[in-house]
Amino acid sequence: MTTISAPAPTRPWKASPKDRLRDVALFLFAIVGTYVVVAVTPMKGKLAYFGLFFIFYMALTAGFQWFTRGSAAAKDAFVNSLVAIGAVVTVIPIASIIVTVVVKGSKGLHMGLLTTDMSMSAPTDPIASGGLLHAITGTLTLVVLALIMSIPIGILTALYLTEIRGSLTRPIQFLVQAMSGVPSIVAGLFILSAVLYPITKGYSGFMGALALTILMIPTVARTSQEVLKLIPNDLREAGVALGGTQWRTVAMIVLPAARSGLITAVILGIARIAGETAPILLLTGGGDRVNPNAFSGSIGSLPYYIWKSFNAGSPEAITRAWAGLLVLMVLVLILFSLARLLGTRKVAR
Amino acid sequence: MSTIAPERAVPTPRELTTEPRFSDKVFRAVVTVGGLSSLIILGLIALFLGYRGFEVLRQEGFKFLTSSDWSISTDDAGNVLESHFGLAAMLVGTILCSIVAVAIALPISVFSALFLNFYAPGWLKKILVTVIDMMAAFPSILFGIWGFLVLMPSVEYWAKLLHHYFGFLPFFKLEPYVVTRSPFVAGVVLAIMIIPIITSVSREIFSQAPLDRIQAAYALGATRWAMIKAVVIPHGKSGVIGGAMLGLGRAMGETVAVYTVLNIVFQVNWQMLLGAGGNVASLIILKFGEASPYEIKALMAAGLILFFLTLIVNALADVIVRATGRSGR
Repeated sequence: MTTISAPAPTRPWKASPKDRLRDVALFLFAIVGTYVVVAVTPMKGKLAYFGLFFIFYMALTAGFQWFTRGSAAAKDAFVNSLVAIGAVVTVIPIASIIVTVVVKGSKGLHMGLLTTDMSMSAPTDPIASGGLLHAITGTLTLVVLALIMSIPIGILTALYLTEIRGSLTRPIQFLVQAMSGVPSIVAGLFILSAVLYPITKGYSGFMGALALTILMIPTVARTSQEVLKLIPNDLREAGVALGGTQWRTVAMIVLPAARSGLITAVILGIARIAGETAPILLLTGGGDRVNPNAFSGSIGSLPYYIWKSFNAGSPEAITRAWAGLLVLMVLVLILFSLARLLGTRKVAR
Repeated sequence: MSTIAPERAVPTPRELTTEPRFSDKVFRAVVTVGGLSSLIILGLIALFLGYRGFEVLRQEGFKFLTSSDWSISTDDAGNVLESHFGLAAMLVGTILCSIVAVAIALPISVFSALFLNFYAPGWLKKILVTVIDMMAAFPSILFGIWGFLVLMPSVEYWAKLLHHYFGFLPFFKLEPYVVTRSPFVAGVVLAIMIIPIITSVSREIFSQAPLDRIQAAYALGATRWAMIKAVVIPHGKSGVIGGAMLGLGRAMGETVAVYTVLNIVFQVNWQMLLGAGGNVASLIILKFGEASPYEIKALMAAGLILFFLTLIVNALADVIVRATGRSGR
């Protein structure tokens, strides 16, 4: 009887225990070296630890590769650590921001935060008085108004770019791109000069919503366009082959198929404008009480509340600002996670 | 075999037409109008800001861009007695801050984009991409206040170190010795804000690098760095430049984050470590509160200049990014 011995699968490219040991050893050497240098030389502080560690690690790995495998491998190891620094430096600020906002903002949380407004209290009062009700309702009002105006325009623009594809496609694509770069303060100034001064002559939530609409349209349009591009052409051809007009095809087939992706586009648009500050400062007046009428009278909003508290300067006011930032950040994070969740399946099956 | 009377049914010829039906004509018209909205809005912005700012622009002429006075005096009735408006210091400050920001952000973003595409294992890549995209969605006021209260002390310390060790270089000069709230601080905050933008554009461009050439490079025995140098960088170079321009445009238009960390002074200052800077967008927020109607017109004119500045930068960025999207295939 002959036995067929199948060779055991090997993975020669995987790191052997020896390689792992070497990596760990180099890492430890770098840490030890950093400590020694920081202890001996006058270089101190977080920056010194951080910088020296990377220099040590880079030198050790590159040097090791140089002696064992030559200059090409040394360069590769050098770039390896450089690229890792890039990623670490990118992530450090965001970690710092999230930790700071959570730690400092949680001190400003109290029972009445979501049920009272600031009409009876000043930013410098003790934390327990007053709350965010006016700011949250105001931000909701602004966002809803901006949504009502920007969703149709944004999606129509996306439809023009994907469905009609007329002779103006390229210029409009270009203009949408350019519009996404319009500074928020310029959008605010535009509404100020075109609507607030000549027509309404007073602060209102609607003015703020108009400026936010300008900022939101390009986000909605570009994301929707990406989504509509993913809809297979077969669906459109099937619709037309069944005798549907283009209008019926788009309304009954293309848009429903892209629904969840379009929702993602809208959510990303909300995340873009929810924390927008500059136009709000110019246009809404930032009232301290809940204002249900979006078309007249100043209206509060989260960014305005944060800005006002931050500029009041006292420790209580700064804590208020952090609490406001915490609420705003949580709002943006929730919106962003929703968009991610829906965005993973951009096209309904 | 029965024969059927040859009744020749000749169908009446249909008229074939590509003329869209009425409902489609309406649909196309509506969508086209919607599509033109971006053109209309951009046109209106330029028109209205130009219209409001025209008086000031005509009075100041070219001096609006070259002088750096910003003063207005009125009598008790509110009539303007004398006014000088000049944006030179603000424009220089805007450019300085955003160049510092891009100079810091560009290498970091390119490295982290390379890390994400060619080094990170799949799970880490997924997490990091989410985190970096999330950072791009953070509101600017968050960066502003965090930058002022948390980051600024460290950055001022770094500025002192830079001046101490590299003070002989012309761009790290510092006279007089004031480091608080300098363009450098604003530049660092802006850099943190634009890193996610440049990273995601670069990542996109790098991921389009032709796979066959990548594999060819590996097959020839290239290390990862040699492959990147030979394939990815030549392919993505101009796309990365476009991404940097996009970041530059964002940095130029940023208002609140810069306003919180920058000390605005009406004097042209090219020293990035000196605590006196300028910024067009922050100027508007700074002066808006107590501005008289005539000064508001000057602010509108400033807004117009900022609008055109960012428009040009963004247009260039768009052209560059798009040109690389097509090439190399």
